[in-house]
Amino acid sequence: MNIIPDQVNLVEEEEYNRKTARSILKGFTKKRPNLIPILQKVQSSLGYLPREAMTEIAEHLNIAPVDVYGVITFYNQFRLNPPGKHSIRVCLGTACHMKGGYITLDAWKRRLEINPGETTADREFDLDTVACVGCCTMAPVTVVDDKPEGGVEPTKVDGILLAFELERAENDKEKSEDD
Amino acid sequence: MTEQSAIADTFREIKETAESVCRELLHNKPVIMVGAATCGRAAGAREVINAFRDELSKRKIDCAVIEVGCMGHCYAEPLVIISKPGYPPICYGYVNPVIAERLVKEFILGDNTCPEFVLAALEPNDILPSFSDFPRAQYEQKIILKNCGHIDPEDIGQSINADGYAGLAKALQMNPEEVVEEVANSGLRGRGGAGFPTGQKWRLCREEPGKTKYIICNADEGDPGAFMDRSILESDPHAVIEGMIIGGYAIGASSGYIYVRAEYPLAVKRMETALRQAKKLNLLGKNILGSDYSFNIKLFQGSGAFVCGEETALIASLEGRMGMPRDRPPYPTSQGLDGKPTVVNNVKTLAFVPPIIRNGFAWFKSTGTEASPGTAVFALAGKIVNTGLVEVPMGTTLRQILFDVGSGIPEGKQFKAVQIGGPSGGCLPETSLDLPVDFDSLHQAGAIMGSGGMVVLDEDDCMVEIARYFLEFTQRESCGKCTFCRLGTKQMLEILSDFTLGQGSMEDIDRLEQLAEEVKDGSLCRLGQTAPNPILTTLRYFRDEYEAHIELGKCPALMCQHLIAYYILPDKCERSCDACVGTCTVEAISSNKKRIKVIDQEKCVKCSTCLAACPPQYNAIVKLSPPSEVPD
Repeated sequence: MNIIPDQVNLVEEEEYNRKTARSILKGFTKKRPNLIPILQKVQSSLGYLPREAMTEIAEHLNIAPVDVYGVITFYNQFRLNPPGKHSIRVCLGTACHMKGGYITLDAWKRRLEINPGETTADREFDLDTVACVGCCTMAPVTVVDDKPEGGVEPTKVDGILLAFELERAENDKEKSEDD
Repeated sequence: MTEQSAIADTFREIKETAESVCRELLHNKPVIMVGAATCGRAAGAREVINAFRDELSKRKIDCAVIEVGCMGHCYAEPLVIISKPGYPPICYGYVNPVIAERLVKEFILGDNTCPEFVLAALEPNDILPSFSDFPRAQYEQKIILKNCGHIDPEDIGQSINADGYAGLAKALQMNPEEVVEEVANSGLRGRGGAGFPTGQKWRLCREEPGKTKYIICNADEGDPGAFMDRSILESDPHAVIEGMIIGGYAIGASSGYIYVRAEYPLAVKRMETALRQAKKLNLLGKNILGSDYSFNIKLFQGSGAFVCGEETALIASLEGRMGMPRDRPPYPTSQGLDGKPTVVNNVKTLAFVPPIIRNGFAWFKSTGTEASPGTAVFALAGKIVNTGLVEVPMGTTLRQILFDVGSGIPEGKQFKAVQIGGPSGGCLPETSLDLPVDFDSLHQAGAIMGSGGMVVLDEDDCMVEIARYFLEFTQRESCGKCTFCRLGTKQMLEILSDFTLGQGSMEDIDRLEQLAEEVKDGSLCRLGQTAPNPILTTLRYFRDEYEAHIELGKCPALMCQHLIAYYILPDKCERSCDACVGTCTVEAISSNKKRIKVIDQEKCVKCSTCLAACPPQYNAIVKLSPPSEVPD
């Protein structure tokens, strides 16, 4: 679903990713147990784990790139796609499921027109599910940009999206006034 | 002997400093404590804190606003406790910024306690009801949740003031063998779910030869529906750290790891702060409290794999590999992290250690049952009035926990089942409610204690769907090592999915039962061994629901989306009302010529919004199953 940036951008993006990965790797010794902390740090600065970062990491730890890929795909935390500006994480823990979390997920899918694990074409939103964020008492929960929102039913989905839209309109207006 | 008295002196000094600082903070002026664990924050605690701070600074009042952890009364979040000299500490529930402003104006400045917002006072008194008047107080007995919500988790002084690290100081004056014996005699069993005796685990590890040993705190709380480990880490991190240091001392380890889920960012942050503070006071690090024992703790963030709750998988993950369990023996107590003897203990297990050391094993044994001493912490969620955390003695019955402590099912609905122990646990029906809750009796009923998540299900919850839900989870989280678990869970999931779509045959039930037994036998770790539990228990107690799905294409609980349809009763629909039309998220509802609303079944996505929107005086929208019951 992602827009593929044009060729020039792609090269620049790759170079940037590689550089970022390298500078993070400087802070770690070449020991295998560092793999997961490295991946976490790279993901937190790039937002995802691009292929070029994986090869850099593999080289640093002196392991096969496929081992890095294996670990990345084994754990739920790691992403292979670039993130959107806003992240939407729908909790599908037991309590959320029984209180209609699957209906909420349907609503997000319908509104954003993407599936879990994907990013909208304008890179505004990415959608994913999460096993449980431990706020079971607020079910159904959606984590919007790291803030757990409770009682997210289809109408609240629309409300949250509307709030973002208004914020964006406001920003655009300010921008055009600045210009 | 001199070393022992030196430890005691050093600790006494630390404690006296902490006490005087806390006295200064807590007793000479009013203090506002806001429950700001993840659950509180989700309910709006941050906004409440800001409202308090704004109002106090606007009025130039000297009053501390402290972020505390979770008190367990999650149903009434955001929670605020105000201690004002001359009054008992009062807990307010459902606080929002407007109420916060009023509390400052009327209670902090004036003397109106605002009883309309009071949940309860913390201590019995003459003016307000207190928590001890609640029916649940009769059952609750807090050991590890005692400090949660009452101290600032980011201030080690408040923890020390509340008996924190006294157990460590005492343990360091004992021999490591004596510490192991004390824990063994207490009968403490691992609270991660399996219930292995903690003292025995420690002894096994202690007796292993070799200098390098590790202790790991398993905070990879992956069970969906369970949040007590998160709550403890966020509310009283020092209890866990103290338990770990004592454990490390007992087994002879010089370093330990806390393996915490990355999905719990606040817990990670508070743990980091707590570790830093403990180090600063020399309660952690080199020569703790002047003794010759040194111990360090590292924090490791798990990356979201349910199977990493299994100890050998957790260790593999710590080593930077895929979290796949391996065959045991050798157990981690002889070959664990880096092949060295390792103890892996759950958060709650470790939090029990300091009070056991402080008060002695006999004190601990006096609570709970003979085979499962102490208390159990449960996370109540789902269709229950008082969602939140409860701590009750082992042996309390399910009925007492759900109906007396949890206040039963909301909205007058019928209780159907309680799901205990997460994806590895089972669903227990009404007839099992008088079961005393401990490790052994739950096992007999087909469920497991697990980590202690309890999700309550009512008449609107479909048991086939819940079994499918758990299988979907275990299937996704299966690490793929054992064939039976990898393929068996997938096959079982497919059969269950067919049922929820109204497909499948009665023979499939037999096939499901057979597969369930085979997956149990053919899997290496408890993920696979227990994955069939939700199926087996629902089949055992709710077979009729399975039959209704297969034979009639009907979901009796009206939950399975393929087997239901929403319908507006024409004789109940009010002409002048348009509530459902406006809220329908896909514009599937329109008015007919008589201005009666009609749902376009083709367009309907079954999101239930209209059902919630239809005013209660009309109640015109119903769910029908099978969908063929909708009149043309």
